[in-house]
Amino acid sequence: MEKQLKQGSRGWNLRFRRFNPERFALKWSWVLIRAILISGLCYVILYPLFFKLSIVFKSRIDIYDTTVLWIPRNFTLDSFRTAFEALNYPTTFASTIMISLITTLFQVISCSLAAFGFARLRFKGSGFLFACVIFTIVVPSQTIMIPTYLNYRYFDVMGLISLFTGERGINLLDTYWPFILQSATGMGIKSGLFIFIFRQFFRGLPKELEESAYIDGCGVPQTFFRIMLPNAVPAMITVLLFSFVWQWNDSYFVSLYLTRVKVLATQLPTMWASFQMDDPLYAFMIKNAGEMLFIAPVLILYLFVQRYFVESVERTGIVG
Amino acid sequence: MKIIQLTLATKRSLYGVLFVAPWLFGFIFLFAIPLYESFVYSLSELKLAMGGFETTFKGLAYYKELFTVHPTFNRLLVDSTVEMLLNVPSIVIFSLFAATLLNQKFRGRGIARAIFFLPVLLSASVLSLEMSNGLGDVVSGITGDTNGKAGEMFSMGGKELMFLLMDAGLPLQLIGFIVDFVTQIYQVISKSGVQILIFLAALQSISPSLYEAAKIEGTTGYEAFWKITFPMISPMLLTNIVYTIIDSFTNNKLNKLIMDTAFQSLNFSQSAAMAWVYFAMTSLILVVAVGLISRKVFYHD
Repeated sequence: MEKQLKQGSRGWNLRFRRFNPERFALKWSWVLIRAILISGLCYVILYPLFFKLSIVFKSRIDIYDTTVLWIPRNFTLDSFRTAFEALNYPTTFASTIMISLITTLFQVISCSLAAFGFARLRFKGSGFLFACVIFTIVVPSQTIMIPTYLNYRYFDVMGLISLFTGERGINLLDTYWPFILQSATGMGIKSGLFIFIFRQFFRGLPKELEESAYIDGCGVPQTFFRIMLPNAVPAMITVLLFSFVWQWNDSYFVSLYLTRVKVLATQLPTMWASFQMDDPLYAFMIKNAGEMLFIAPVLILYLFVQRYFVESVERTGIVG
Repeated sequence: MKIIQLTLATKRSLYGVLFVAPWLFGFIFLFAIPLYESFVYSLSELKLAMGGFETTFKGLAYYKELFTVHPTFNRLLVDSTVEMLLNVPSIVIFSLFAATLLNQKFRGRGIARAIFFLPVLLSASVLSLEMSNGLGDVVSGITGDTNGKAGEMFSMGGKELMFLLMDAGLPLQLIGFIVDFVTQIYQVISKSGVQILIFLAALQSISPSLYEAAKIEGTTGYEAFWKITFPMISPMLLTNIVYTIIDSFTNNKLNKLIMDTAFQSLNFSQSAAMAWVYFAMTSLILVVAVGLISRKVFYHD
């Protein structure tokens, strides 16, 4: 009892002696500055979102009324309704989500397979092939745009199709096939980056994990599916989210491959142009409503995944 | 019947080929061959004919036309390159700064991180306020005049900042750079999501024992940053610079020009030639940047 008391008082003394006004002031002023910086930057990032949110709930009278700044006076969902119809939302939404889901699925499979091959199953020339992966990241996709387009326009596998049908290939444009093909073969949007992320992660996993699986009688494919993949969940979440969202936002490949099938990313500018004719202010409002409809699914997805995503960043081996 | 016995190493390397096969297939058929073909197209005239297309060899005619005849190509190429050269330092510096901030322990760190990664997810066109093409007026009409032009909210501060810096006696070029950075803070933030992510992961991989040892030796936080943090993350600095250069090339006016030339004026060969000049430019900048920086990079292992 006495001993404890003595120790307690010594601890108190230590803490008391350590109090240093200068250090205290320094520490708290840094905390203050940091808080201001972070909240300021967060505000800058969120500002357009708030801005759009405040616009889309306004009625048409409110946007001409200069006394209405942020909070709408006549709260209405009219602009949403107009944008919803102009975008033909249900169909465009369905095709957008189909394309995004398909590419995400195939991309994760193909990229993780290739990455495992590069990380753990060394073979002659694998170093060179990995350099090729980096090369695919560096080359702008515009460089191979024309051949890619013509390739899908007159799609053919080594002259087999034209041999049977007599025509020059088949037209794969306006179907989902280009997306499936390019994501299943690891040539989709930023696939090289995904391979890189997966490879770094697989390399970071302890070798003993894999070896013990082999000793227990797992083959290579089994080891990959039952040991490596379940351990690569953080990397997988990052890739899943990126792949989905980048496909969702992409307008380059979509406008290259699809002309009749409409997706949100290509429909938005068209809608904006069609409204701009008579009343630019109103068109601006509708445009914002359309954009809200465009980013809403991504935002909702992010709300759910956000926690795992931020956590996974800490554990993903993006670091070389 | 005799089953061929393979050594474990051969087996594994065979599996390696198998695992990489889908990617390799795509690389050859969807990347390497198109890359070669696009080069061929840029050297020859491509005509769409019944049920296909024909090519006739033209030599370097399209490249020559690009540099001597085409009205906007040269200017756009120079413009986008200069813009990139200005943007890359500010994006990289900002993302390093933001990552260091987000790496510290404070309340609400999770939320702050979630917000900082938001620009990665939302397409830049949606997040930006589109201050160009006269929309500033529309925006100011909506938010009311008390706010001034909402679109110019940040650039208003820019002018005052410029006067302040001029009074402080800084060289004009530097002022220009800083003011550019401040006025473009919006674009900079929205483009630096992935970079922040990479830096953050790098910062977290530095072993805390390094800092502890340094603290025992009596380093200040400032010294610790330049002597420990900076060298340790310098490989990622290189990665980030490369990523930023590539990323800045993915959405600019030149890309639009390449696309329009192909699908609106249907001049496929011209477009392919443009793309090749553009690619050459990118790789030149990348090679120079990597060559300059990789000498200074410190590798721990």
